[in-house]
Amino acid sequence: MNRYPLWKYILVLTVLLLGLVYSMPNIFGESPAVQITTAKATTKLDPALLGKVEGALNQENIKIDAIFMDSTGVKVRFADADTQIKAKDILKNNLGKDYVIALNLISRSPSWLSNIHARPMYLGLDLRGGVHFLLQVDMKAALDKAADRYVGDFRASLRKERISYSGVARDDQSIQIKFTDAKELAKAQKIISNEFPDLTLKEINNSLIATLNLQAQKRIQEFALKQNIQTLHNRINELGVAEPIIQQQGLDRVVVQLPGVQDTAKAKEILGRTATLEIRLVDEEKSDPTTLDQASKGQTPFGDEFFMDRNGQPILVKKKVELTGEYITDAGPGADQQSGRSTVNVTLDGRGARIFRQVTKENVGKRMAILLIEKGQAEVITAPVINEEIGGGRVQISGMNNAQEATDISLLLRAGALAAPMDIIEERTVGPSMGEENIKRGMHSTLWGFAAIAVFMIIYYVMFGGISVVALGINLLLLLAILSMLQATLTLPGLAAIALTLGMAIDANVLINERIREELRSGNSAQASIHAGYDRAFDTILDSNVTTMIAGLALFMFGSGPVKGFAVVHVLGILTSMFSAVVVSRAIVNLVYGYRRKINKLAIG
Amino acid sequence: MEIFKIKKDIPFMSYGRLTTAISLITFLFAVFFLATKGLNLGVDFTGGTVVEVSYPQSADLVKVRRAVDSIGLNEATVQNFGSSHDVMIRLPLKKGVTSAQLSEQVLSALKKEDSAVEMRRVETVGAQVGQELYENGALALLLVSIGIMAYLALRFEWRFAVAAIIANMHDVIIILGFFAFFQWEFNLTVLAAILAVLGYSVNESVVVFDRVRENFRKMRKATVVTVIDNAITRTMSRTVITHFCTQLMVLSMLLFGGETLHNFSLALTIGILFGIYSSVLVACPIALYLGVSRENLITGAEKKETVDEMP
Repeated sequence: MNRYPLWKYILVLTVLLLGLVYSMPNIFGESPAVQITTAKATTKLDPALLGKVEGALNQENIKIDAIFMDSTGVKVRFADADTQIKAKDILKNNLGKDYVIALNLISRSPSWLSNIHARPMYLGLDLRGGVHFLLQVDMKAALDKAADRYVGDFRASLRKERISYSGVARDDQSIQIKFTDAKELAKAQKIISNEFPDLTLKEINNSLIATLNLQAQKRIQEFALKQNIQTLHNRINELGVAEPIIQQQGLDRVVVQLPGVQDTAKAKEILGRTATLEIRLVDEEKSDPTTLDQASKGQTPFGDEFFMDRNGQPILVKKKVELTGEYITDAGPGADQQSGRSTVNVTLDGRGARIFRQVTKENVGKRMAILLIEKGQAEVITAPVINEEIGGGRVQISGMNNAQEATDISLLLRAGALAAPMDIIEERTVGPSMGEENIKRGMHSTLWGFAAIAVFMIIYYVMFGGISVVALGINLLLLLAILSMLQATLTLPGLAAIALTLGMAIDANVLINERIREELRSGNSAQASIHAGYDRAFDTILDSNVTTMIAGLALFMFGSGPVKGFAVVHVLGILTSMFSAVVVSRAIVNLVYGYRRKINKLAIG
Repeated sequence: MEIFKIKKDIPFMSYGRLTTAISLITFLFAVFFLATKGLNLGVDFTGGTVVEVSYPQSADLVKVRRAVDSIGLNEATVQNFGSSHDVMIRLPLKKGVTSAQLSEQVLSALKKEDSAVEMRRVETVGAQVGQELYENGALALLLVSIGIMAYLALRFEWRFAVAAIIANMHDVIIILGFFAFFQWEFNLTVLAAILAVLGYSVNESVVVFDRVRENFRKMRKATVVTVIDNAITRTMSRTVITHFCTQLMVLSMLLFGGETLHNFSLALTIGILFGIYSSVLVACPIALYLGVSRENLITGAEKKETVDEMP
């Protein structure tokens, strides 16, 4: 009766083999690598790049472990992290800004393993080093911005329809349009509700109050989040990070994980900046000294905004935006040929170029202000006089303080603007040495704990103890295989969960072994005892695992970051332990004892 | 080898008053320390910044403190962490300064003082996030308790469910009491340990209850007390061996796991030690007080069967 049908042995064997194959990449491990990808999606990967990279590295006597090219780019593997960082710097200097050079980890396992998607476990930031950010999107700012746009739109459409009004102003997210005449108000109400279906209109004391309806608010917020995530993607690509994770969390948060990033200060600055460019016209008609003086005291003329430019000169700029950063396709630092001062050279797309040409054509002789908007603060960088119509969409912006600023602004302009400002509300950074140490600690804990349990079990339960230990070993193997297959993130608490799960999983085997002993004591035959032991213990094992599972699932649902990592491993470990403790250990017992006609004594201590 | 060769059942239930008294006293102590000293909550829950740095030589704490003070952070605590080479700097939340900038300021101040300093870990949690993590933690604890109770009520009976959850919540309070008394840092990982131990020591009660149910079927004539005593005695060997094995693993984590896993394994150790005791010696008396009986456990269909069998 203690025999499995053949299919069950085959099943156990297949699972074991799969477990072995898929956990194998972890033995080969990963080594530091540099990954070279093209900076722009349009640039095709050139096979010659492979030779170029190899040549550059050989010239500097950098030892390459392996170099290959796949669909994403060229990957070069090195023996240690020092060589990797040296190589990165060399390549950065050699290849220029057409390529993104990022640090990465690449599996050392043979290609047949990679071909069946057997990869090593995906290590979390606390094990490989890197930065984790949680960013909060300022949704109020996004809505304010939307409301601001409506203020301009209202003015334009009321003017177009020749409706007289006495003022449009924004108060938080509602826009108030004042009228002197009730008839005009009625007309305006009709037009606005037709033209802007996203708004809810209310009439109070001769004025219309427009507010965004809930749907529109939701749409704006969703868009802001999406746009921000896209921008973060672009910026992080510029930073050169392999395998970044950028994910939405909840309605107004973004998680950013940058494995291997060391310069956190730079990363934070680039992520948090909300720079965009605006081109507006200087209000030349009102730029007389008296108006300027009054404006500096707060009496800004209607439709204008007052600034001090970088040279400390007062300047009146129209509120109407002619062109924004959205039309920028490329931006790079440069130097002015005559003065030698730093500039940012901007290339506009077709539409942007057309608008720019139109604006310059209509305003020859006037000044054009270029504003940098950062964190809601606008600054006039420069306000050159338009000498002639400018076509072709290439704009050189002078007025940069230094070359570094030119480089930074270029990067921000290239990567696009954030739709709403973001704040870092959580940060977890782990240095690389700490990561390595954490791996070592987790592994040592597991191995020594496992060894101690093995020794004890074999002493206490002899043969059955040995079988339990083999089952526990298989549990570990399967757990590693599943974690590798799912590419679930393994964190230090996750490693702790592996150890803890093994320590708890032995419970099932203890239960079975104790039950078998008990059956033997009450005078049953060896075969019957084994059978009854496994049978009776199973209910209890199931019950007790369900309660542990409930705890694991709750942790998974409510845990964040490291705790989630713990929960994933814990839950998976419970599943594998059920299989290994019950099915696998039974299979071994069956193989050892099931085919004997007569057993004098079970070696169960 | 066999440690537990017990021929006669141990009359555990007759010690019911004693064990309950012991539990009550430890429980009250735990509550007392929780109330007076409170938990030493980590940045995960309070919000704030922790910067961990390492020096190639023994760290000069005075210098580190001076560097940190130089950027106007007088409320910072500076202490050794693990070894004399490692230093942990804890900074409370500061209004106006985003915490992201704070850690950079600290690091650059330390670099100025001694360029050999190496950043090991930075953790910054905003006030709002801290509050959320705290709430989520409490919610998880609640959910685990409800989930386990519901399962036990379904699988056994409500009296067992209530008994098991009281016994195990009492473990949780005692772990928290230890953390309050010694002012060990309570962070997310410790919370994970507590929840894991909660699920784990309920196992204990489940194993005993399973045996109680089985005994009710087998030992028709025995009293409820005898049935429970027998169930505890028969499962005692397993209880001790299993916990011993789990403790071996936890001990290994305590020894090799480093600072990060230190408090995690401490929580587990306390949980396991008290779990052995409470899930058996607290849960069973409570179930008994609640009036558990044969009829509670054996379902209607089974009862009919037994009637039919009678001549």
